[in-house]
Amino acid sequence: MKNIVVAGNGMVGYKFCEKLLARHNEGLTDGGQFSLTVFGEEPRPAYDRVHLSAYFSGTSADALAMAPASWYADNGIDLRTSQCITHIDREAKTVTTHTGQVVAYDTLVMATGSAPFVPPVPGVQKDGIFVYRTIEDLEAMLAWGKRATRAVVIGGGLLGLEAAKAALDMGLETHVVEFAPRLMPRQLDEAGGAMLRQKMEELGIRIHLSKNTAEFEGYDRVTGLRFADGSVLEADMVVVSAGIKPRDELARQSGLAVGSRGGILVNDLLQTSDPDIYAIGECALHNSMIYGLVAPGYDMADIVATQLLTSTSAKTFAGFDMSTKLKLIGVDVASFGDPFCEQIPHRTIVWEDRLAGVYKRLNITEDGKHLLGGILVGDAEAYNMLLQTSKNRMVLPPTPEDMLLPTRKGDTSSAGAGVMALPDDATVCSCEAITKGTICTAVTEKDATNILAIKKCTKAGTGCGGCVPMLNDLITETLKAQGKIVRKVLCEHFDLTRQELYDLVRINGQKTYAEVLAQYGKGCGCEVCKPAVASVLASVHNQLVARQAVIQDTNDKYLANIQRGGTYSVMPRIAGGEITADKLIVLGEVAKKYDLYCKITGGQRIDLFGARVDQLPYIWEELTDAGFESGHAYGKSLRTVKSCVGSTWCRYGVQDSVAFAIELENRYKGLRSPHKLKSGVSGCARECAEAQSKDFGIIATEKGWNLYVCGNGGVTPRHAQLLATDIDRETCIRYLDRFLMFYVKTAEPLQRTAPWLDKLEGGMAYLKSVVIDDVLGMNGQFEQEMQHVIDTYQCEWKSVVDDEELRSQYRHFVNAGDTDETLAFVSNGRGQKQPAQW
Amino acid sequence: MVTEFETPETLSWHIAAPVSAFPADGGACVKIGERQIAVFNFSHTNEWYACQNMCPHKMQMILSRGLTGDQNGEPKVACPYHKKTFSLCTGENLNGDDYRIETYPVRVEAGMVYIGL
Ligand SMILES: Cc1cc2nc3c(=O)[nH]c(=O)nc-3n(C[C@H](O)[C@H](O)[C@H](O)COP(=O)(O)OP(=O)(O)OC[C@H]3O[C@@H](n4cnc5c(N)ncnc54)[C@H](O)[C@@H]3O)c2cc1C
Ligand code: SF4
Ligand code: SF4
Ligand code: FES
Repeated sequence: MKNIVVAGNGMVGYKFCEKLLARHNEGLTDGGQFSLTVFGEEPRPAYDRVHLSAYFSGTSADALAMAPASWYADNGIDLRTSQCITHIDREAKTVTTHTGQVVAYDTLVMATGSAPFVPPVPGVQKDGIFVYRTIEDLEAMLAWGKRATRAVVIGGGLLGLEAAKAALDMGLETHVVEFAPRLMPRQLDEAGGAMLRQKMEELGIRIHLSKNTAEFEGYDRVTGLRFADGSVLEADMVVVSAGIKPRDELARQSGLAVGSRGGILVNDLLQTSDPDIYAIGECALHNSMIYGLVAPGYDMADIVATQLLTSTSAKTFAGFDMSTKLKLIGVDVASFGDPFCEQIPHRTIVWEDRLAGVYKRLNITEDGKHLLGGILVGDAEAYNMLLQTSKNRMVLPPTPEDMLLPTRKGDTSSAGAGVMALPDDATVCSCEAITKGTICTAVTEKDATNILAIKKCTKAGTGCGGCVPMLNDLITETLKAQGKIVRKVLCEHFDLTRQELYDLVRINGQKTYAEVLAQYGKGCGCEVCKPAVASVLASVHNQLVARQAVIQDTNDKYLANIQRGGTYSVMPRIAGGEITADKLIVLGEVAKKYDLYCKITGGQRIDLFGARVDQLPYIWEELTDAGFESGHAYGKSLRTVKSCVGSTWCRYGVQDSVAFAIELENRYKGLRSPHKLKSGVSGCARECAEAQSKDFGIIATEKGWNLYVCGNGGVTPRHAQLLATDIDRETCIRYLDRFLMFYVKTAEPLQRTAPWLDKLEGGMAYLKSVVIDDVLGMNGQFEQEMQHVIDTYQCEWKSVVDDEELRSQYRHFVNAGDTDETLAFVSNGRGQKQPAQW
Repeated sequence: MVTEFETPETLSWHIAAPVSAFPADGGACVKIGERQIAVFNFSHTNEWYACQNMCPHKMQMILSRGLTGDQNGEPKVACPYHKKTFSLCTGENLNGDDYRIETYPVRVEAGMVYIGL
């Protein structure tokens, strides 16, 4: 029996245990039987440090664990947490912990990782100064952050920026201080660093470059930083992220060879200067390199585990690719291969779009055949593919610059298909060293057709997660190659896509969720399929959503928008943004009577906030009596058609944009769709109504109207694309009927028009051929169905106001007339109310 | 349905409301003393469940307005605000977060719904 002892239970220490068991179970046993004892200095079993920041957004420590404590016990591993090894006796071959536990080893594996490097700046011990490495660090930051207002992160590298984003998300004013003249100096060139800086500042993070911190100010708690140039930055919280320092103190003290700048020296077998002691992960110094990433650490763990189980192992560590993609910070950043190519002759291709904040650089060989490396800022979608192209020395296409252009996925030749060109032995998941071949086999032979199944079956994607988009593409493309259609089904209760369900409901005429579930589904349904089915039922039959309130999503359930604190906002339709003085007065009077907060919205309407659920029918009654109707602000349906004042008043206008906007809004009001629909009409090319940022937008021309479709604002803003030019009013409406119905029928749940167009095979060209040339032969039906929706329109508010049974649902308690006494408002300091803090 | 409860001696049954006050396959809030309890009628399976009305995420009195359903057969409710879902049997959060809610036994007798507190 061989005693194996592991010092350190971090990500790599854990992976070593896992690999040892896995290789043993695979039949590697000629190394004989072993016992495994693991010492970890932290109070809990190893957790996923790479996703540490998820702790801020509520992921629990348990959820971050690599494996629960029971896993170690179940596998016969003696895990001792909160035990720091303080002494190695290499003669007697024992280790001793700080509490005096002594354990003998035949083989010792050091996986002690690294610690944050904290520069010896005067005052660094003050309260309010943190590092970012363990769950305990984050707990301390969270506690302190509650009372802090301005956080400064020292270090503009990978980890520093991640820490800065975390501080920003905690609601703090956030600054980053970097010693070098640019951000991420080790991964980015000057132009890339400048673009990243611009992006970070857009997020609200202030960047200070070429700053050398000379002192932390404050008595016992930090109040600011003083720099070598004499300037001062006030701060009540500081996070130091100035690099890492390998934890080699134990090795050093035991007489093992260490590097002059830290790190335990290892050979290609990962042995230290004592052949019975190995070092793996961030504490190991191989060929003058410390690898501060998980993937190389995992590779080392596997190599040592394999060696210990066989007498004749040839597997050695041969260095590792340091390509990285930054996660979590809200800006895409990646660098791969050799990003600078300072020593190698090469050609550089650069694409820069300052407006969109995109910078991309590729380094290619002089003959233009191979990719050497590159940098991506602002759009790193092509990262995985480019990384693979360079790693596998794949021959480049004759126009490599095409790889830099923004992809419009509607083109069928999208990035997705490119993955199939990779060789089978291309490593797709570097954390787990899984090849493309293994993944494709899992899809074809083990029926692993979704990402969860792939993770389970191959472990790919379970490390840093960076390869997940590529895994998805591989699954899709492999299935396609097999002639299987890839279907995006609704949820566990319906093995149908939205489009399939839509067609079934339209043909067979089911009217209620219960009927649909009984016919096509199973179980009780859930929060995903209920609103999706509700939307389909509403699109097909245009019946009142209030009749099936229990399947409607949050806002549709009460025909109003839920807001903080449990009250609702009420937004009547103001078509085209045109309103009379009398109607404005009614809005004012109603708001006053019910003490509602008033705000003008971005869609040229007036929103009234702070209505209790029991007040809603009363408010609607007053509004509908005065000629208002529901504005559907709560629905996945047409919201507004925004307009500029157009040719009736504006000196530039060439068409009456207001009249057209009102006509369109009244035509499509009440149309239920997979997601909300927004529109705008501008009276001339100056585009004051911002029509090109809408799902459908119309711009007046001298001869008629230009119709644009599939734009949006929001998280990923998109410009709408031109569908038709200089068309007249009637043609425009006909095209819109067809376009909208085509979208309503074929989109996935909660998919807006722009992503829908992205997924549409053939893209805009195909959309034009459907809407204009009727290649599907469906336009007659589309127009007829739209007419049905228009003919059956009813104001949803009025329907509730007039129906006693529906009205009775608007109360907080079903067994008491009381209102919810937890509702609380405070003054906003500008003469109106706001909900008390949640 | 009668839900068995481990410690009957500490449990007392409170009248909530008639069965007709609760929408089929939906929920409603009842007030019992000073407490707000969300009650759910799974008519599909003919089961009843009850839990605290407050969502532990942002302390909102809202769960009774959430969409109900099941996850692999486990009955659940989704908070209307940020769609955190909770098991109506164990009160556990089903998205893997640390939040949990109190659940209570429900008894239906002669058209009247009772909650055990
Ligand atoms: C916020 C953050 C984000 C990151 N993001 C990424 C990323 O996106 N991609 C990526 O590849 N990498 C990332 N990393 C780096 C990655 O986490 C590390 O490369 C990895 O954790 C190294 O694993 P390790 O086991 O070598 O070290 P560690 O995980 O540090 O584990 C070492 C463990 O050993 C313990 N220990 C030390 N000395 C002793 C002793 N004497 N006795 C007992 N126990 C001891 C330590 O307490 C620690 O628990 C990130 C790191 C952080 C902090
Ligand atoms: S878009 Fe043209 S018509 Fe409309 S307000 Fe602007 S300038 Fe005037
Ligand atoms: S941007 Fe939209 S979602 Fe965000 S706070 Fe404003 S209203 Fe709310
Ligand atoms: S308040 Fe319930 S999920 Fe956020």
